[in-house]
Amino acid sequence: MKTLKKIALATTLAAIATSALAHRQWILPSTSILSGEDQWISVEAAISNNLYFPNHHAIALDNITVLGPSGQALEKHSAAQGKIRSTFELQLEANGSYRIFSGRSGMFASWEEDGERKRKRGTAEEFAAMDLASMDKLQLRENASRVETIVTSGAPSEIAVSGKGLEFEFKTHPNDLFTGESASFRVLLNGKPTAGVEVTVVQGNDRFRNEAGDLTFVSGEDGLVEIEWPQAGRYWINASANIAGADFHGIPLKRSASYTLTVEVLPD
Amino acid sequence: MKDRTLKILATLSLPSVAGLHAGQLTTSIEIPRLDVAEYHRPYVAAWIESEERQLVANLAVWYDTEMADREGETWLKDLRQWWRKGGRSLELPVDGVTGPTKPVGTHELSIDLDQTAMAERRTGEYYFVVEASREVGGRELLRIPFQWTENPSLQGEANGERELGKVTLNISE
Repeated sequence: MKTLKKIALATTLAAIATSALAHRQWILPSTSILSGEDQWISVEAAISNNLYFPNHHAIALDNITVLGPSGQALEKHSAAQGKIRSTFELQLEANGSYRIFSGRSGMFASWEEDGERKRKRGTAEEFAAMDLASMDKLQLRENASRVETIVTSGAPSEIAVSGKGLEFEFKTHPNDLFTGESASFRVLLNGKPTAGVEVTVVQGNDRFRNEAGDLTFVSGEDGLVEIEWPQAGRYWINASANIAGADFHGIPLKRSASYTLTVEVLPD
Repeated sequence: MKDRTLKILATLSLPSVAGLHAGQLTTSIEIPRLDVAEYHRPYVAAWIESEERQLVANLAVWYDTEMADREGETWLKDLRQWWRKGGRSLELPVDGVTGPTKPVGTHELSIDLDQTAMAERRTGEYYFVVEASREVGGRELLRIPFQWTENPSLQGEANGERELGKVTLNISE
């Protein structure tokens, strides 16, 4: 009985790990450019198959941080975490750019025990406490992801680089995107410009198209990608990188990192 | 919260470069009559852009200045190009530039360019730009290119398709 329960749990964990890769995570603001004093926006956060329609899982509210232009944390008003989406409202009192993001990292292990495939998700401390070296056909993975959107009230302010994980340095401000113009973002991994990172761009409302029409870009020298917007609308941008040569206490570790951003592109 | 110096820069009258007379700009902007169920007067902005399409001088911004708590400013962002090019860094209202929305009809404006940032610009290619955006309606932007010379004497015009009618430009000494 106990074994069965364990297997069931392991299967669930595997399903979560896979679905997190197969579905799209997003944080969507009701609008991204505002004028006037004392403006409010609403925000939805979800993991779904379609952009931007909740149909799978909510992104946990506790994982979402909102930072104002001077880096201060903002209160989430009317916050609720539902089954398929989280939602809240924000009061934008100061002029400048606001970051709304969810950061997640985790380690996963899979191995064989008595001919059975086992899986575990946990923290680095938990894995360090295990006797990894003795485990059969062990595979270790680590993923760090950040899902973000940015909104601006009044004049935009600079979006600072964190120097951690995969992120963009915004050569073009993410709230200054128009059709007929291209946007330039620099892919950084732990603060360093990184070439060869695949960046996928998908326009919202894919539910109403037979072909999603994903655009794929690869960061060039200096980590730069230049994106031309085929149409005005909301866009989901995802950069993913595998980091070679990592190990965890001597065990090879498959490390990956991703950065996901939702932007609005306005008609010229 | 907003930078007050920007307002001062925008409204200060600047001396002309090497005695160049910037000239007098006159324009007529037609707001067409539209057969729609719900009509609101459009927000309109008129400005001069450099060849690189950077905003050089704000000439007029018509928006709902009458609403309580300055709520009319909420929709200024819908003048998308004006907002990104300069509107968003202005302290409103701006004397001699901002004013209330205008009714259907042709509106004349006359501006002494010596009183604008054009006074310290070099001669060359410029654009006269008019953008209109209407609540629960559409948006339209017209650009009239002009060659600005030392003793300017030029005319231009453009015709809108929906949100704007005929727009004329005249710059003379």
